[in-house]
Amino acid sequence: MGEFLSFVRKETLHILRDSRTMLVVLLAPVIQLLLFGFAISTEVNNVRVAVVAPHRSESVRQAVERVAANPYFTFEGYISQQEIDRTLRAGRADAVAVFAADFDRKVDALSRGESSEAILQLIFDASNTTLATAGSTYLQSIILGDLQGSMPMPDTRLLYNPQMKSAYNFVPGIMGLIFILICAMMTSVSIVREKETGTMEVLLVSPVRPIRIIFAKMVPYFTLSCLNLLTILLLARYVLDVPLAGNVVALVALSLLYLILSLALGLFFSTITNKQSTALLISAMLLMMPVIMFSGMIFPIENLPVVLRAISCVVPTRWYIEAVRKLMIEGLPFVSVIRETAILAAMTVALIGVALRKFNDKLE
Amino acid sequence: MKAIEADNLSKRYAKTEALCGVSFEVEEGELFGLIGPDGAGKTTLFRLLTTLIVPDGGTASVGGLDIVRDYRRIRELVGYMPGRFSLYPDLSVEENLAFFAALFGVRIADNYELIAPIYRQIEPFRRRRAGKLSGGMKQKLALCCALVHRPSILFLDEPTTGVDAVSRSEFWDMLFELKARGISMLVSTPYMDEARRCDRIALIDRGSLLGIDTPGGILHRFREPLYALSGDDMYGLLIEARRASGIRKCYPFGAAHHLIATSDFDPTAFVRELAARGFQKVEIVPTEPGIEDVFIQLMHHE
Repeated sequence: MGEFLSFVRKETLHILRDSRTMLVVLLAPVIQLLLFGFAISTEVNNVRVAVVAPHRSESVRQAVERVAANPYFTFEGYISQQEIDRTLRAGRADAVAVFAADFDRKVDALSRGESSEAILQLIFDASNTTLATAGSTYLQSIILGDLQGSMPMPDTRLLYNPQMKSAYNFVPGIMGLIFILICAMMTSVSIVREKETGTMEVLLVSPVRPIRIIFAKMVPYFTLSCLNLLTILLLARYVLDVPLAGNVVALVALSLLYLILSLALGLFFSTITNKQSTALLISAMLLMMPVIMFSGMIFPIENLPVVLRAISCVVPTRWYIEAVRKLMIEGLPFVSVIRETAILAAMTVALIGVALRKFNDKLE
Repeated sequence: MKAIEADNLSKRYAKTEALCGVSFEVEEGELFGLIGPDGAGKTTLFRLLTTLIVPDGGTASVGGLDIVRDYRRIRELVGYMPGRFSLYPDLSVEENLAFFAALFGVRIADNYELIAPIYRQIEPFRRRRAGKLSGGMKQKLALCCALVHRPSILFLDEPTTGVDAVSRSEFWDMLFELKARGISMLVSTPYMDEARRCDRIALIDRGSLLGIDTPGGILHRFREPLYALSGDDMYGLLIEARRASGIRKCYPFGAAHHLIATSDFDPTAFVRELAARGFQKVEIVPTEPGIEDVFIQLMHHE
C-alpha cells in the first residue's frame, strides 16, 4: 500500500508542477461549456413576426398580444395580404401569421366540429431552417393558446424543453465530449511520458506490477476530473439555467463512471503509443470526430444510416449523453438509465482489461 | 554462484544483429567493465540481463536466476542505471529518491548508510528539481536511486557519459566503495581510461566480444611494436605512414599518431625517409600500448 500511495503522490506532484497544463485542464471545460451554451445557439430567439388579420377581433388581438409579450418573438405590426411577399423578401420579418377572415366564427365552427376550414396560416422565411422549424411549432402554440385543446388538429406539445432551449440539448452533449477528451488526453500522456523520459526502463526493472502503475496513474487524474464535473454541473445549473430535474446523485454516479471510462481509454492509448505527441493526437483528433458525429450530441442517432448507427453503439459518449438527457432534462429516476449504466460499466472493465494486457512488463 | 553468467546470448532487431553469441561470467563482488564504441551492443546486453528484453538465442542468469523464467525475482535483486538520464526532472532530488525507495518497498532510512557517501554530496540540493542538476550530480542521484534498495548486483550503462573528468573520477571512486561492500557490478563505458579501474574488462564491438581479461592482461596481448609519431605536418604524416611498408596500422592518438609496426620495422630509417620528403621536426618514439590500442588492434585482426 505504501508503494501504491507513493506512486499516487508522485503522479500528483507531476500534475501540480505542470501548472500550465493544469490550468488548461481546469479552464477548457468551462470555456467550452460557456461557448456552446451562449455563443453557439440553435434556439429561436427574437423571431420577428408580422400579422395579417382582416378582422381584428378581440381573440385575434389577444393572440397577437401573446406573441408580442413572448420573449422569443417580436411583433412587427399588421400588414396586408399583398405585403406578405415583400415584407419577407425585404427581411423586415422572419414570419407572417395570417388569420382567416371571420376568425372568431370559424374557430367556433371548428370547435363544434361543424367545419374543417383553416383558421391560421404561418408563413416562414425558411432560409434559416432551424428558425423556421422550431419557430413555427412554438408560434402556433402561442397564437392558438387554449384553443388548441378544443380543436381536432394535432396537439403538439414540446415537453421538458418547450422553448427548445439549445442549452438543454448541448449541456449533456458537451459534458460527454469534454470529459472524454480531457480525461483521455491527460492519461494518454502519462504513461508515454515515462517511455519518453526513460523512466519506464527503471520502473520495469523493479518489482512493481503493471496494475498498480495503471491505477496509481488514474487516481490523481480522477480527482481532477471530479473538480471538472463539479464546475460543469454548477455552470449548467446556475449560468445556463439547465434544470437538474432528476436525481442528482444518480447523475453524479453515472458521470463518475464515465470519467473512469475516459481515463481508462487514455491509458489504453498510452500503452499502444511511444510518443506523447502521438498519444495526444490520437486522443484529441481520433476521439473528437466520432464523438461529435456518432454520439447524438449534434446529429440525432435515429437519423444516421444503419452502418453508422452500429458504429455509434461502441462510442461510449452516446450512452452517456442518452442517460444524462434522461436524468438531467427529463428528470427520470435512475432505473430508467440502467441499460446505459450497464453498457458504460462493461466498456470500462473491457478498457482497463485491454490496457492492462497491452501494458507490457518488457520493453518490446 | 556467479553474479552474472551469459552463454551464447543473441539478439537481433529487424535487420541488424545487435548481439551475436556473447558469453562471459562476472564473479560475485567483481567490478566488470564492458568497453566498446557506440552501437557495439552494450545497451542491448544490459537490457537482456535486466530482463527488459528477451534473447533470441542463448541463455543467461543473474544471481543464479534465469533471465527469462525468473525475471520477476531478478528485478527484486538488481539495481539498474540506464544509459540516458532516467529520473523525473520535475521532482526534487529528495522526492526522486523517496519514490524509488518506495518502488522497492523500502524507506530511504533503511539503507541510508549504503548511499550516504554519495547522497551527502547532493544533499545540499535535495530540494532542487532533478532536471536542474548538473550532469555529475544527476549521475550521483541516479546511482543513489539505483542503490536505495540495496541490490546485490548493479548494472550501470555508460554512467559517466557526458560527465566532466573530475566527476567521472569521483564516480569511479564511489564504485570502488560499493565494490568493497560486496556489490557485483557490470559497467559499460566508451572511455578507455575508465577501463583500467575495472577488475576485468570485456571488449565489445559489433555485437561480439573481442576479448575478456584483466586490464593488465588485455595490455599484454599487445605484442607488436608500437610507436608514437609526431611532427609539424600531422595530417601529411598520417597519409605518409599509412602508405609506408612495415606499418600495419596508423591512427591519430591524442597529440601523436600511433603506429602498429611489423617486427622488422626500422624507425630511424623511416624518420630519415620522412625528412628527405620535406617533413619538419619528425619524432618517433616507442610507446606503451593503452587499452584503446588493444581495441584497435583486435578490430584490425577481425
